[in-house]
Amino acid sequence: MSDSLVPVKEIEEKMETDKMWIIMGPQHPFSHGLWTLKIQVDGEIVTDAEPIVGYLHRGWEKEAENRIYPKIIPMADRLCYAASMTYTHLYCMTVEKALGIDIPEKAKYIRIVADEVCRINSHLMWLAAVGTDLGNLTVFLWAMREREYFLDLNVKLCGARMTTNYPRIGGVRNDVTELFDRDILRTVDRFEKAMWDIIALMDDSSIIVSRMKGVSYLTREQCANIGMTGPAMRGCGVDFDIRRDDPYDNYDKVDFEVPVLTEGDSYARYMIRIEEMFQSCDIIRQAVQKIRALGKNAPYRIKTPTKVPAGSAFMRMEDPRGESLMYLVSDGTDKPYRLKVRSPIFTNVSTSKVMCQGCRIADVPAILAQIDMCLGETDR
Amino acid sequence: MDLVVEYNSLLNFINFGELGLMDNAYYPFDTYNLPYAICYRLWEVLGGTIAWLLNLLFPDNGVSRWLIGEGASTLFALILFMLVMFIVVFVCTLISLWMERKCLGRMMDRRGTMVGMKGFLQCVADGLKTFMKENTLPGKIDRMTYMWTVSLVIGVSVLVACMVPLSARWYVVDYDTGLLIIMAFFALAPFFILVSGWAQNNKYALIGGMRAAELMISYEVPMLIMIATTALLAGSFNIGDIVYAQNDTVWFFIPQIIGFITFFFCATAESERLPFDIAEAEAELVEGWQTEYAGMKWGLIMLADYFRGYVACAMVTIMYLGGWTLPFIGDGPIPEIVFLLKTWFVFFLMILIRAALARVRPDQILNIGWKVFMPLSVINLAVVLLLKVGGVF
Repeated sequence: MSDSLVPVKEIEEKMETDKMWIIMGPQHPFSHGLWTLKIQVDGEIVTDAEPIVGYLHRGWEKEAENRIYPKIIPMADRLCYAASMTYTHLYCMTVEKALGIDIPEKAKYIRIVADEVCRINSHLMWLAAVGTDLGNLTVFLWAMREREYFLDLNVKLCGARMTTNYPRIGGVRNDVTELFDRDILRTVDRFEKAMWDIIALMDDSSIIVSRMKGVSYLTREQCANIGMTGPAMRGCGVDFDIRRDDPYDNYDKVDFEVPVLTEGDSYARYMIRIEEMFQSCDIIRQAVQKIRALGKNAPYRIKTPTKVPAGSAFMRMEDPRGESLMYLVSDGTDKPYRLKVRSPIFTNVSTSKVMCQGCRIADVPAILAQIDMCLGETDR
Repeated sequence: MDLVVEYNSLLNFINFGELGLMDNAYYPFDTYNLPYAICYRLWEVLGGTIAWLLNLLFPDNGVSRWLIGEGASTLFALILFMLVMFIVVFVCTLISLWMERKCLGRMMDRRGTMVGMKGFLQCVADGLKTFMKENTLPGKIDRMTYMWTVSLVIGVSVLVACMVPLSARWYVVDYDTGLLIIMAFFALAPFFILVSGWAQNNKYALIGGMRAAELMISYEVPMLIMIATTALLAGSFNIGDIVYAQNDTVWFFIPQIIGFITFFFCATAESERLPFDIAEAEAELVEGWQTEYAGMKWGLIMLADYFRGYVACAMVTIMYLGGWTLPFIGDGPIPEIVFLLKTWFVFFLMILIRAALARVRPDQILNIGWKVFMPLSVINLAVVLLLKVGGVF
């Protein structure tokens, strides 16, 4: 080595290169909703990241304390617009547990169907977001097209597309409409075929795979320490799904598999969600058969008292995005004393620091798309 | 067929070669130039009318005599000529813009633009909209640099688009180094983008500008190697010579199939289209180096992008698809249309790629440029050298 060559480290010390903070959001194309990600970059490489949430705080929990129990149901819809029925379902289950009542079989299966339709809805929304974050608009539009069919099913079931206001304390609002079972089976069959087009567009493209494969590794330990749940956790090798391991409603009576991958990278999280959609189709088929077997005149709703006895109850469920939980404290009146919501995204998004460190700026949207942000439930 | 006959009789009407236009002392071209001839004829009518009106008011005045003189006629014909060249390229670009919107819509299962004339008037609506917008400037910018860089990006793109010849009789300049000059102007824009990114006082713009430079160093070298290969095969850098060399033998995409594919992707990168639009990656960089340009400035930048896309496709057509010639026919009656159809076909391939692929990462594009495009272009050069030495061409 000649003397004229100055070591790189020395140059860096003399030039005092600073790392740059880039504030992505709250109005940024990658943030699907109002939140901010601060990333610290050294050239193109991300060295630090910090998520900031709370722009959409509405005081949901406080507002719930001033409403009678049935009036919280439409509010629960607004927690997550992409999968509204899951939160309404969770809220009704929590109140039913506090009341200590059991709901009719048919209602349980209808809730399962509604949940899984919402799961597919939500995952398709996520797939669309992944498409735009990777720069491919075709995936976005194709996924949204498929989602329309499931929104039509929502309309068929309860008359609304997104904020459905369908589950009730003690059952569901109305029985499945005529020919709903036929329509849903057709939609599911059609969807499974159409999904392969999108999969061909995504998985057969080496560019898209190379954008996700091998970036943002998370280990099982990191997942557990942060409290990550849902498909992102199962992509890191944690074999846990509340539907199977702590079943609610009648999930123990339907047969399905929980996809688990041990790679722990962005692509594994993507694969888990895709596989979950197919599993949801299986669950829907079985549940629809059960609904058919119960017959037309089976009860779907029971009368419940307006006042919940003093005490507390909590219920958790497998949301499309992870483990959501509601904790209800009642003082014996017709309004809850306290209603606490645990949002899976609120904890999942705190992994963004671990996931983004060491990746490149271009990877940031692709990585955070795998969290599947939903600000309605995060900020409450 | 009637249309062609009429077109040809029209051409005979304005063919100044027979009327001694090319013997004119001020004639600015070496060969027959159709748009110039049209403009000259147009000015004869226009200037003659003005001169006649002036003569009515002031009989036998000097201005009238000057207006119908050879020098003034050439000057005004050249001004009209510039206008015509720009308008033709502008309309071609608008057609490719409309084509992209409609084809993308079809591929994505939606309708695409719907405003008038099968959606073509959406371009006009967009132009009007951006034109009406307020001219906002961000604070704390280097205002001079902010303005001149964007002017140069747009200017260079329009210039290079107008310089592409549509046929042997439809050109602006007919240099012996035509291909190199087009390439040189084509490659200027990334420098201005880099400077513009610095001037905008915006972190996204800064990164976008840097990425434009990063993009350029990854595809420019293989692209130049392939241009040299084509010149080697044709024996000239002159665009007309390259086209007619293909007409005499075979279209160059047959001996240079590797080069054709590689050059096509390099041209996609050159015009900053998906999957290589990392300088304006909207997912992470909002709009990249264009972030702080609003209103008409942004509208013109978008238009310049399509001008560059048009040039990229035109270069592929000239270098590999036989330019304006057709096999067994040669020039044909309307070579300009043949050339444009081929250009739009190449553009259609670019649209297909845009619909199917995602954006690559900046480090991946460096890998692709130096580890894939570069060896491929060298292999292509070797193949052409072997063919040349073997006496096939």
